[in-house]
Amino acid sequence: MTEPLLELKKLSKAFGAVKASDAVDLTLFPGEIHALIGPNGAGKSTLIAQVTGWMKPDAGEVRLLGRDASHLSVAARAKLGLGRSFQVSSLAQGFSALANVMLALQARDGGAFRFWAPLRGNAALREEALGVLARIGLADRADLPVSALSHGERRLLEMALALALRPKLLLLDEPMAGLGPEGTRNLTAFLRELKNEAGILLIEHDMDAVFALADRISVLVYGRVIASGTADEIRQSAAVREAYLGDALC
Amino acid sequence: MPAFLASVSSREGMVNAVLAGLLLAAPLIAFTLDEPFYISLATRVAILALAGVGLNLALGYGGMVSFGHAAFFGLGGYVAGIAAFHAFDGSDFIVWPLTLGGTDQLLIIWPLTVLVVAVVAFAIGVISLRTSGVYFIMITLAFAQMIYYLAISIPTYGGEDGLAIYLRNQLPLGDSNDPLTFFFVCYGMLLLALFVSSRLVASPFGVALQCARMNEVRLATMGIAPFPVKLTAFVISGVITGIAGALFADLNGFVGPSMLSWHRSGEIMIFVILGGVGRLFGPLAGAALFILLESLIGGMTDRWQLFLGAILLGVVLFARGGLIGLLAGRARHD
Amino acid sequence: MSVAFLIEQLLNGVQFGVMLFLMAAGLTLVFGVMGLINLAHGSLFMLGAFFCSWIAGITGSFWLGLGGGFLAAAAAGALIEMLVIRRLYDRDHLDQVLATFALILIFSELVRWVFGDQPLYLDIPPLLSGALPLPGGGGYPVYRFAIILAGLATALGLYLLIAKTRLGMRIRAGESDREMIGALGVDIRTLYTAVFALGAALAGFAGGMVGALQSVQVGMGEPVLILAFVVIVIGGIGSVKGALIGSVLVGLTDTLGRVFLPQVFKLVLPASEATAVGSALASVAIYLLMAVILAWRPKGLFPVNA
Repeated sequence: MTEPLLELKKLSKAFGAVKASDAVDLTLFPGEIHALIGPNGAGKSTLIAQVTGWMKPDAGEVRLLGRDASHLSVAARAKLGLGRSFQVSSLAQGFSALANVMLALQARDGGAFRFWAPLRGNAALREEALGVLARIGLADRADLPVSALSHGERRLLEMALALALRPKLLLLDEPMAGLGPEGTRNLTAFLRELKNEAGILLIEHDMDAVFALADRISVLVYGRVIASGTADEIRQSAAVREAYLGDALC
Repeated sequence: MPAFLASVSSREGMVNAVLAGLLLAAPLIAFTLDEPFYISLATRVAILALAGVGLNLALGYGGMVSFGHAAFFGLGGYVAGIAAFHAFDGSDFIVWPLTLGGTDQLLIIWPLTVLVVAVVAFAIGVISLRTSGVYFIMITLAFAQMIYYLAISIPTYGGEDGLAIYLRNQLPLGDSNDPLTFFFVCYGMLLLALFVSSRLVASPFGVALQCARMNEVRLATMGIAPFPVKLTAFVISGVITGIAGALFADLNGFVGPSMLSWHRSGEIMIFVILGGVGRLFGPLAGAALFILLESLIGGMTDRWQLFLGAILLGVVLFARGGLIGLLAGRARHD
Repeated sequence: MSVAFLIEQLLNGVQFGVMLFLMAAGLTLVFGVMGLINLAHGSLFMLGAFFCSWIAGITGSFWLGLGGGFLAAAAAGALIEMLVIRRLYDRDHLDQVLATFALILIFSELVRWVFGDQPLYLDIPPLLSGALPLPGGGGYPVYRFAIILAGLATALGLYLLIAKTRLGMRIRAGESDREMIGALGVDIRTLYTAVFALGAALAGFAGGMVGALQSVQVGMGEPVLILAFVVIVIGGIGSVKGALIGSVLVGLTDTLGRVFLPQVFKLVLPASEATAVGSALASVAIYLLMAVILAWRPKGLFPVNA
């Protein structure tokens, strides 16, 4: 059996009496999309924060690519190959789309401690950055500052930044939010391709997209994973219907 | 046009070139008219602009609002002053574990300044950068105050009265006592710092630093930890301001606690803001305007601070982007 | 070292701390409610001191002076809030620092213009002159003791104001949610002016009281201002409780450090060096205290989610 890209073992985090993560077990294997769904307040954000390293778990373990990553910083986890996109667009606003991608490439290749040669002058990096932007359909927007991009374009740029790092696994936090029907369709097709490059942990509210894309689905309610399985298994799970889908389907 | 002037928009590059040219022309004209006062005034502008160039790196590009850069400015001054003090009376700075005397050689004093300021800036940065926002402003201010009071409480080096540098520290070639020569030294140092800044800002390091200012989360997500990037920039920033302090002490033949005071920190900040935050030549424009206003209004009335306050208030409330912004338009997106 | 001496120094530390609290309370309220960092707070302290000694000089009454200083600072606070400060709430901290730094320059020069370059002096009122006996001999000045009481009473008053009154409710709502308070129909502009004027009045009150202990001159507000910043940074910016605890901590550290550090060093060093090293260390003790506290808790002892 292949080694999981991401493995959460009994991950627990409490805020006072509230258990935001309650002994969460979860795995993500190469080549799959594992969707994490759950009602608002289920503890998705807390879980993401612990996976990416912004928050330390009270107990349990985060393993990335077979390594215990529980005590690594955000940057160190990114270096290991964890890419992510954000729910709320999170870009360097003053830079152009191209500069954003070039910085990401630089981060992957050599880090930030190069003090002399201009980043913009690096032709090879520039080529590659333009390639990444072209792949996601933003080639003609490369020189615009982020502030001049539309909402949808910013979401795509987020994706480009995650891809630029050549991640081994991707954590996508509601990538479809605010995209509109066509954007959602395009992105769904794109992600279906992408999962062969990098395993994807998908947090998404758009249930159509989740059921269309996910190889496995885990349902988080009050910090606990109450069910985990294929799309069909989740559709049929009585517990899920009761706790979550019941409301959503009515 | 040198590459570093062209690294900004062409109009801003023009403005920058004109500014640099004016600062060079002023003392030359003053020299031919035999007006040494104006040579010293231009030297002052060059030095204070240099201090601002240092702060601009942290504040303008890195978004670290340091309200304590006087600490580095004053430390640089005290390195020059203390070295000269021991050289003058032949005493030793320390006797254990090795004997270190004073020196009046600028080529030793400057590297020493870099070393001392870098160590102090590192220590201050390590603690201060754990905080952010208003806490960062306050803690940098407090560290500067700490050094200020420390300087006051050491009687060997003049305490509240400060130290006189009786003979300006020396260069191997050229006579540093000659006003025009000393101006060229300071002017050269300013251009060097501007050149280094322009390279830094455009380098991967500089882009990461600016990314840290705009969005720290993004930077970390890319796999670059923001803290070491910011700390490095803070240290470089402090060192540049420290060199300015060493030059300032030599220009005035004096170093005292006033070089460490929080008014000085505020002033260096004012140069940066007046000129335009995060604009390469902003500190030069700001320092030049400040010194010009000071000598113009100061010549007419004793109440110059009142007008300075009013002008500053006006700039902050109504003219964001500073002088360079006014002359060269909005900053270019990179 | 006698018990009386120890008590006297403790009281001095508390008195200094309480005076800092009067400054810090205004700063921290203004930051907590409006998110503004106000360097000109020291100028309001100075204004209070100048008006107090000026009015006391004319009328011969310390009490009229104290009231005058309080009102003058409040009025000046309300004025600059409406003219300048109001435009800064939505700006970043850098703009706030610079604009209020500009206000310091303006205030200092105006005061010098109006009151002249010579320092003013203020006498302790007859009612509060003399000394209280201390256990173990010696005495403690009644006036300093009165400052402690006045400061503690102010702290209690502020607590009651914030916890029990409608204005306090609004202040607390303002801290947590600006839009919410707007939606409740509270005139937020007036509220902000009132909070700022209250902070200013406390600074003016402190300035008036301190005027009888030191000479009243331009620039007197600045060392106090910076200490008040140290206090609120230690206490947690925005927290009045943090300001009180931070004040007393800073007051005691500073006062006791100056008295005892040289003595402590005398145990290990020759007398002259001990005095030099001890007093050097004492002058930076509070900054060390702050550095340690912030390295440990980067948002102060009582962090407020602002």
